Amino acid sequence: MIPVCRLEDLPRGESARVGTTPPVAVFHTDDGELYAIDDTCTHQDASLSDGWLEGCLVECPLHAASFDLRTGQPTCLPARRAVRTHRVTVDDGVIHVHLVAREGTAA
Amino acid sequence: MRTVTVVGASLSGLYAARELRAQGFDGRLVIVGDEPHHPYDRPPLSKDFLTGRADEDRLALTDAEDAGALDAEWLLGVRAGALDPRARAVVLADGRTVTCDGVVIATGASARRLPGPAPAGVHTLRTLDDARALRAELTRGARRVVVIGGGFIGAETASSCVALGHRVTVVEAAPLPLLPQLGAELATVCAALHRRGGADLITGTGVGALRGTAAVTGVKLTDGRVLDADVVVVGIGAAPNTAWLTGSTLALRDGVLCDDGCATALPQVVAVGDVARVGGIRAEHWTSATEQPRAAVANLLAGRTTHHARSLPYFWSDQYGSRVQFAGRRLDGDTVRIVEGGLDDGAPGADGLLAVCERDGRTTAVLSVDRPRPFTRMRRELARQDDETERERREGQAAALSVPHRRATL
Repeated sequence: MIPVCRLEDLPRGESARVGTTPPVAVFHTDDGELYAIDDTCTHQDASLSDGWLEGCLVECPLHAASFDLRTGQPTCLPARRAVRTHRVTVDDGVIHVHLVAREGTAA
Repeated sequence: MRTVTVVGASLSGLYAARELRAQGFDGRLVIVGDEPHHPYDRPPLSKDFLTGRADEDRLALTDAEDAGALDAEWLLGVRAGALDPRARAVVLADGRTVTCDGVVIATGASARRLPGPAPAGVHTLRTLDDARALRAELTRGARRVVVIGGGFIGAETASSCVALGHRVTVVEAAPLPLLPQLGAELATVCAALHRRGGADLITGTGVGALRGTAAVTGVKLTDGRVLDADVVVVGIGAAPNTAWLTGSTLALRDGVLCDDGCATALPQVVAVGDVARVGGIRAEHWTSATEQPRAAVANLLAGRTTHHARSLPYFWSDQYGSRVQFAGRRLDGDTVRIVEGGLDDGAPGADGLLAVCERDGRTTAVLSVDRPRPFTRMRRELARQDDETERERREGQAAALSVPHRRATL
């Protein structure tokens, strides 16, 4: 479980990048939901936390691949592989990300 | 339409094939490619692929599932030799003929070369095979590399060579690299990336001749200087692959001439990507190659131009650890203003910069170095304005056209 920032420091419509390995992007949608996904676009090296957030979709800032924050699935080309999603909780006003284990490695 | 042939198996050809299926074409789909490889992405070739950070499987644009959904006949490793409109056929260089009702021309462009023989050690960087050869050469210990041309391929290749530990000099004939694309002020900023990144940049002088017979040993510049070199990379642009269309009756002028819906003068022939001059402009941008096929295929299937392929120009480049992004329609004489970040000894500061070009109080273009978030916002805003302007222009045209008609009925 990794603390990200205080909830009040991540307004709706904003995102934060967590410098884990690999890095994770946390989004606070306009509807007030919090989501976390792997930060690196599966198409080419770009940071999704710099992307364009619209509803539950984030558009990669480099080539406009779009990912569904709820599932990690790409919704359009050029990305074809999903990003991993991570669980987010808020404890005592602090956003936490619960990283899922990397495939093929011990947790 | 029973059979459509897509000539060209790179980015725009693949996207056209996908669009054909997505827009309901369920006939025979033939894809012709002169390279033996299935479609791959070119931008990483000069960057992660050259430095060994990405392997060939990262370049692939299709997987088995995707290829299965296309249900296409792939004719790879064979060049198209001619388009015969009367026989409704694409004639291949090996003599085979593909008869079809529709053709998407997506033959791209080829790297320009220096005139005369190229000794060993002289490379271009356009195709996967080019990149393989250059990568193999660059892994043989420290070399002296001269990159001819300071455009994106030149700059990215130089940057990759520096990262691999080579000594690099970039030679640019113009007073500044990227001058036509960026204008003097922004080109100066980007030129400084070379110096900061550890490459020498020589501008304002051309290349006279290569030195060396079996293998290259140096580059003689037109100002008389000679640069020692073990490896030379020629990055002086690309020429559209239209030779095979000579005699097809299609208008060819630095590309296949199309209307702004990618339609040529021949019914059932459209063109997309680097080879296409769409509405007067030939753009060698990754984004155009992926966006044009949607309109082109719609128009091909409709048999007339119902969709327009105009989109806001956008390109990006990764060099010396910085990500450069540019969007918009800059014109000479625009005012340049830095709106975020700043310069440090002429180069973008450590936290990057965001600069805009302005004309008559409106933003025409935006350049970002390592500021992707505000860049994305501005790019979207520019695209929105551009769409609006374009809609107004079309409505204006339609109104102008309708006036004589209305008068005639009065």
